[in-house]
Amino acid sequence: MKVTNLGYLIKEGIRGIFLHGFMSFAAVIVTVACLVIVGGFSSLVYNVNIMVEDLNKTNEIVAIVDASLTDAEARSIGTKINQIDNVFQAEFKTREKALEEFIADHQNDPVFGGVDAATLRHRYVVVLENNELMEDTAAQLSLIPGIAEVKADFEMAAGFITLQNVLHVASIAVIAVLLVVSLLIISNTVKLAMYDRKDEIAIMKMVGATNGFIRLPFVVEGFMLGMIGALISFFMLWAMYNALVNRLAEVDTLKLFNFVPFSELLAPMIATFMAAGLFVGIVGSWTSIRKFMDV
Amino acid sequence: MIEFNEVTKSYSVGTHALRGVSMQIEDGEFAFLIGPSGSGKSTIIKLITGELEPTSGTVHVNGYSLDRIRKREIPYLRRTVGVVFQDFRLIETKTVYENVAFAMRAIGAREDEIRDRVPYILELVGLENKSRRHPTELSGGEQQRLAIARALVNNPSTIIADEPTGNLDPAMSLEIMSLLQEINNLGTTMLVVTHDRDLVERFGKRVIAINDGVVVHDGMDGYYRV
Repeated sequence: MKVTNLGYLIKEGIRGIFLHGFMSFAAVIVTVACLVIVGGFSSLVYNVNIMVEDLNKTNEIVAIVDASLTDAEARSIGTKINQIDNVFQAEFKTREKALEEFIADHQNDPVFGGVDAATLRHRYVVVLENNELMEDTAAQLSLIPGIAEVKADFEMAAGFITLQNVLHVASIAVIAVLLVVSLLIISNTVKLAMYDRKDEIAIMKMVGATNGFIRLPFVVEGFMLGMIGALISFFMLWAMYNALVNRLAEVDTLKLFNFVPFSELLAPMIATFMAAGLFVGIVGSWTSIRKFMDV
Repeated sequence: MIEFNEVTKSYSVGTHALRGVSMQIEDGEFAFLIGPSGSGKSTIIKLITGELEPTSGTVHVNGYSLDRIRKREIPYLRRTVGVVFQDFRLIETKTVYENVAFAMRAIGAREDEIRDRVPYILELVGLENKSRRHPTELSGGEQQRLAIARALVNNPSTIIADEPTGNLDPAMSLEIMSLLQEINNLGTTMLVVTHDRDLVERFGKRVIAINDGVVVHDGMDGYYRV
């Protein structure tokens, strides 16, 4: 293919978009609809995943310090605890602080008014990096001299891990299904656009145009439609996401739902949308045209 | 030159479209290919343009051996063969000029070549004053002239006209046949597939008659029996 023809072929591709306005419009609308659905679901899953991770972090290990240790000795254990690989954060709580929190947890019930702090022991509240290793870390903590007892809710940790895994698999499955459905719909739309021009393709074949020459304008067109669809869906999703987050902020006074700002999703989202638009546009037009090339 | 040697063509459904067809059409020759529907005429055209491969035998067209041609060579074969159809097959959204230019662009011609060649071809077929019209604004004869211009613009050595007068009245048919003869006089090999017995006899050219996949007549006198 001569370089001088390249400009013509690209121009033809762009011209094709306007010449077959309705089909182009349909292809863009279908791309936008599919990408908004896939993108919306993906960002929802991403946020839910983060929320579950945050919830999981609230599942801590409590390491009770031996009552015989002095305050200074009890505080010095913190260094050893922090040296354990899986420990994200270890907070020292004096027995007085522990009592205060205990009473607060029981709605400041006057029954506990007379309890002496000396009946409790100093402790460390340990947050882990990975709760899947909770049992191992608990065992390592219990081996540290001066730690009398380790309390952890292994069942809750396992429950969170299962929830995360289920969420992970389910989201991948749903996104994969949505992507396949989107590709099929878009590919069909592109096929219809091709069908619209089967006579042009047949004439090009008849006069001796090479397959590459015939394909390029369609691929350029597919590329342009894919990009337009990706950009529109990206900005639509951005607006919808922000609207949802703002609405939630008004309604969700308990702050149960903590959505990440869209700026955090911006780079991966635009990259994915562009890649999907490109893939759908180019691959969709390339494969659809094959059918019409056997003339 | 078009050369068929003992060519057979069978389709997967069991139809034997051609059975041992041999013929030779020399460069610059004018020949009519005639025969009833289903006799194998369309199969011959498709073999010449590389749309089909022969089941057995050899087909040579303008230096290409169709029985062993590679797929990527077929576009280059087609550039040597212009095809004109009964139903014109024009692009209605393009003007007369663009329909012809489109055929040149499709094989990668430069814009300056297109600007030089298209007006010349339109003048040759008598459409120089209608270059801005669309096909739907032309008469049947003019549409066929445009189809001939498109077939001719890439300077093929052979033109195959498949029932070129099938949709035209007798006066128009004569006009189109005269144009094809003029083009043949300029040196282009011409193979015209037709049912029009009057035209065939009037022009007195070579007639190849085919029936049931077999050549039943090949003579130079414009006379035939099928």
